[in-house]
Amino acid sequence: MRRLILIAVPYAWLVALFLVPFAIVFKIALSDPALAIPPYTPTLDLAAGWAGVRDFFTGLDFENFTFLTTDDLYWKAYLSSLQIALISTVLALAVGYPIAYAMARAPDHWRPTLLMLVILPFWTSFLIRVYSWMGILSTEGYLNQLLLGMGVISEPLTILNTNTAVYIGIVYTYLPFMILPIYSALERMDDSLLEAAEDLGCSRFTAFWLVTIPLSKNGIIAGCFLVFIPALGEFVIPSLLGGSDTLMIGKILWEEFFNNRDWPVASAVAVILLLILIIPIVLFQRNEQKQREMDG
Amino acid sequence: MRRFSWFNATSLTLGFAFLYLPMVILIIYSFNESKLVTVWGGFSTKWYGELLGNEAFLDAAWVTIQVAVVSSTIATVLGTMAAYVLVRGGRFLGRTLFSGMIYAPLVMPEVITGLSLLLLFIGIGLDRGIVTIILAHTTFSMCFVSVVVSSRLISFDRSLEEAALDLGCSPFSAFRLVTLPIIAPAVISGWLLAFTLSLDDLVIASFTAGPSATTLPIKIFSAVRLGVSPEINALSTLMIAVVTIGVISASLISKRQLMRQQADEREAERA
Repeated sequence: MRRLILIAVPYAWLVALFLVPFAIVFKIALSDPALAIPPYTPTLDLAAGWAGVRDFFTGLDFENFTFLTTDDLYWKAYLSSLQIALISTVLALAVGYPIAYAMARAPDHWRPTLLMLVILPFWTSFLIRVYSWMGILSTEGYLNQLLLGMGVISEPLTILNTNTAVYIGIVYTYLPFMILPIYSALERMDDSLLEAAEDLGCSRFTAFWLVTIPLSKNGIIAGCFLVFIPALGEFVIPSLLGGSDTLMIGKILWEEFFNNRDWPVASAVAVILLLILIIPIVLFQRNEQKQREMDG
Repeated sequence: MRRFSWFNATSLTLGFAFLYLPMVILIIYSFNESKLVTVWGGFSTKWYGELLGNEAFLDAAWVTIQVAVVSSTIATVLGTMAAYVLVRGGRFLGRTLFSGMIYAPLVMPEVITGLSLLLLFIGIGLDRGIVTIILAHTTFSMCFVSVVVSSRLISFDRSLEEAALDLGCSPFSAFRLVTLPIIAPAVISGWLLAFTLSLDDLVIASFTAGPSATTLPIKIFSAVRLGVSPEINALSTLMIAVVTIGVISASLISKRQLMRQQADEREAERA
């Protein structure tokens, strides 16, 4: 009896506030837009009983989904989201790996402090961390002032409101997600393997390439997914740092919903974003599973 | 022998400069006298004064704190129950679905979670306000709590609980007297995580908040969309200060606890 309550309470909560809402999104993605409140005509009328369900299936159309294919905007937004997420992930790996590597090589008594310094930004507001870049990157911002003052450039650079600013924002805010898994893979590494490689005639660089990188492979994969997956649906970074030509699907969904008030299309956009995300999420979980089996 | 070369020292220095410099600049410029954010006009705390006189921000901050306290508390109870069920519950109908629902919100884009919850609230005719934000925040943060708590539950020795049961404890008092004290650090850090997630959330709150209740991130977002403002710099500095003090004192407390525990163990060994 007690066990039943223990299972039922969180279960019911998640069904009611996680599963049912998704069913509603799917349902509305299949409804017709209308100028009303709520601004759509439901095509599934449960109150009419079986007749309503039958009407729903006979009248079923994917109008909102075909609408997404007729307008360039949407597929361009999906592609550009994928591109931005991919480039940012590669950049985050390039920036994060040396940091994780240096942390793992640091003297033992430094490591708890270094680890805390990487985790601390997680506890700081995401919004504020993105906002802090607006003052740095704007035309009259601190970066331009510095570069002009040093004489490196003669004209201020336009960085804010471009995709470059979005890359910087994503790398900056998600960098700890990249550093932590790589650090934990490198930290467990047995140094005698490196010594063996060098004894056998490897240069330090080849030893790094042939021993260290493969041993940190799982950390690299986990870090890349942890940056790529949230970057794909990102909304805050493109709206604060990106320009009007920065197309990201999270931003499109938001505008479709709040500005155009086209709920069925917003729902259809959400459904397709979810379908795209299933692939990296499944791959990520498989990688985690494999690693757990290896550890256990 | 670990090597710590100039290369490693440089990457650490540059890496941490990258992580912290933007926030340091923000803090410095929050004490800027000038209205022009990028021009230094002398030291002043006037923006902090303006901020404390801004009722809209204070109201939003109060709503945010109420939402965070209530939602993280409910989320901790539900998340701990869910973790217990996942680790100790054995087999039950729909277990796969249940664990799927625990992990899915962790990777779900916020825009989708927000949209779907809003459509639910409209569907059942629940007016948007503080209650709907609390329901939304509880849902995603209970999943984070259950991940934190279940990792602690997996690693602890089950025989301790069995011993309590053998000695005549009811399952509930075995949980209260044996399991709960052992997993308490994870429960507390789960609560803290849920609390900060709730304080920080902009996207889901924007979908589920109504005109009657606005949270601080929503206010900040609508203010900074138009550009950098010295008042927001002051607000950000206060938030960074609160978080830093909180995290550092929490880590000092847990360090002291760890040391006390180690001292106890040494004492026990000697005895």
